[in-house]
Amino acid sequence: MTAGSTISWDRVRKAGSKLTTPLHPDDYLRLINPLWTSRELRGRVEKVVKETEDAATLVIKPGWGWRWSHRPGQYIGIGVPVDGKFQWRSYSVSSPTKRRGHTIAITIRAMPEGLLSSHLVNGLAPGTIVRLAAPEGDFTLPDPPPARMLFLVGGSGVTPVMSMLRTLDRRGTMPEVVMHYSSPTPDRMIFRDELLALEKKHEGFTLHQLHTDTDGILDLGELDAICSDWRERETWACGPSPMLDAISAHFEAAGLEDRLHLERFTLELGGAGGEGGTLTFRNSGKQVEADGATTILEAGEEVGVGMPFGCRMGICHTCTLTLVSGTVRDLRSGDEFGQPNEPVQTCITAAVGDCTFDI
Amino acid sequence: MAISDVKEYTHLTAEDVEQLGRELDAIRAEVEESRSAADAAYINRLIRIQRGLAAAGRGAMLASAHAKGGRPALVAGTAMLGLAKILENMEIGHNVMHGQWDWMNDPEIHSSNWEWDTAQPAEQWKHSHNYIHHQFTNVLGHDNDIGYGVLRMAREQKWHPVHLGQPVYNALLAGLFQWGVALHDLDIERIRKLEKDPKEMKRQLRQILRKGRNQILKDYVVYPALSGKQWKSTLKANATANLTRNLWSYMIIFCGHFPDGALHFTEEELEDETRAEWYLRQMLGSANFEGGRTLHILSGSLGFQIEHHLFPDLPSNRYPEIAVKVRALCDKYDLPYTTGPLYRQYGQTLRTIMKLSLPNKMSSSDQPEPPTQPADRKRRSDDERQSRRAELGGWSRSPRERSHD
Repeated sequence: MTAGSTISWDRVRKAGSKLTTPLHPDDYLRLINPLWTSRELRGRVEKVVKETEDAATLVIKPGWGWRWSHRPGQYIGIGVPVDGKFQWRSYSVSSPTKRRGHTIAITIRAMPEGLLSSHLVNGLAPGTIVRLAAPEGDFTLPDPPPARMLFLVGGSGVTPVMSMLRTLDRRGTMPEVVMHYSSPTPDRMIFRDELLALEKKHEGFTLHQLHTDTDGILDLGELDAICSDWRERETWACGPSPMLDAISAHFEAAGLEDRLHLERFTLELGGAGGEGGTLTFRNSGKQVEADGATTILEAGEEVGVGMPFGCRMGICHTCTLTLVSGTVRDLRSGDEFGQPNEPVQTCITAAVGDCTFDI
Repeated sequence: MAISDVKEYTHLTAEDVEQLGRELDAIRAEVEESRSAADAAYINRLIRIQRGLAAAGRGAMLASAHAKGGRPALVAGTAMLGLAKILENMEIGHNVMHGQWDWMNDPEIHSSNWEWDTAQPAEQWKHSHNYIHHQFTNVLGHDNDIGYGVLRMAREQKWHPVHLGQPVYNALLAGLFQWGVALHDLDIERIRKLEKDPKEMKRQLRQILRKGRNQILKDYVVYPALSGKQWKSTLKANATANLTRNLWSYMIIFCGHFPDGALHFTEEELEDETRAEWYLRQMLGSANFEGGRTLHILSGSLGFQIEHHLFPDLPSNRYPEIAVKVRALCDKYDLPYTTGPLYRQYGQTLRTIMKLSLPNKMSSSDQPEPPTQPADRKRRSDDERQSRRAELGGWSRSPRERSHD
């Protein structure tokens, strides 16, 4: 589709809104096909490909409004209905980049404690409509790629790197790449067969496998043995937090932190003891410290933000604001809300850690 | 007579009232925890049906204009459009804007950005209805829904010869209900008392004009124009659908707080009112009507007005099961639970409207009497009452205008 025709299509829909006001034409069109709407990014799960016992790749066809602009290594947000409620998570795109296309793929490993990841791996039926958030993250492959690269990955940390490798493979520009991949057992290695095939195909690509159940975790002292010139390479590391902490310390000790790119995909939430925090009101730029018992509404009023409010008892929803980042707790039920851009009632919630609001 | 102390009126001890409040909180918590995919499916299905009806209705009208013998298609189209407008305003729009479906975390079905198919801008409705009416339910001088600033609906409101015209105003309000609602948040009373901030008034008027213009263009210009030579019949059909929706929503809404058992309150009641007393006021001030599932869906579940006022943001499809529990609580605490068939509830409302067009001495009250007379029995006109609470601060500024502050 050319830019010209996209604009005129938008114009058609804008003119059509005279017929559908106060709704958009898309509100009707999506009843015919759920992907025919650009009011919000949505997608349809086309296929669920089992990668290992506990990991699967979701192949998703995005709806209108999706821009084929992700860079290899980035992640996207996916909102999945669980018991009627959309739950958000972020996952790395594992498919290579394309300018246009039909589908994108994300790869997910089920965590024993993760409600959503096991739901995605085990329970998502093809045809399910999901919400999507545009690609984000700066853990990406530079263009052109450096001549020599090192990847240090653990577990499902392989997924963003896989997108990079597939992109390099598809372009036929595989530089000198050393990849060290830790996983408990060979069976749990996502993309193992494909990686072995890549190793065969590309002379410059070397794969080291480490099976932590039998061999223990990666000893960074051995890095010289795995990749003797690691100091001269650009390094990308992705995996569990303890592994990343160790890598980060090792590179800092060598004075090479500038060459290290890290991706952490376990968010450090406030959790216990994370009561209260700094509230930032984005549009006015105002900030205030609030404890875990002060409502967001009261805290905002204290610093003179024109907070909307009504009943101040959680009934009328007048006070609802968009929580850009952070987590708040409902003081009545103890429930926490912290999905990206989630609308929250400010009169009955308090901060759990630092929060930013769109006002 | 208006009630100044709900505790005293109900002969409950303060401890009883607080216990009742805890039991109602428990009902709320139970529903909140059990909201599930089945509830989400309900609203999604209803929205699909409603949009399908609207599209089919418009389509049938256009088809009738461009085909010979299109009369049945025109009639069917009108009926479908009327039904679609009723569903949208009542069971979908009203309930979505109450936040009943916010828990789904679906931005397309959310109170913060839903705009409904009627002349009043959603933002203004959320103030005048969600906040003012649901917070100050039936408190004289605070709740503008008592007569919508047009009708005298309580004996405490001072009679004026202008009220002789009530039967006429009532009929006009019924027919033009969407426009009455559109002007509701402007608060004519405050404007009359010169208490309204002129800047805020202008902003609201602009908002109403923009929304109203789009609504009028759609029904009375664009679709008739698309019908070509048959523009007149399409225009008439759209007017009929709008009128049907107006009459229906007027009747349903007037049955919520004006049947005989629904009580009024004085502003003394608001002083130090606890949450449990707030619950009690909602129960005593609201009235249900009986009917089947279809009637309830078409009335936006407002046949469960008592339950709706206790829990305005719980999903409407759960009101039937909540009603069983609320009724049991009323029995347990010996509290009235006002309900009856729709015709009787509306009949009583109409009787009150007619009676109150005359001075009090010419008619009798249909409402139960409070056990003791409130201390201040002096009847005050709206002009003499103190102004509504001042805390109507930053509530109504839309996100766009807010960001320009």
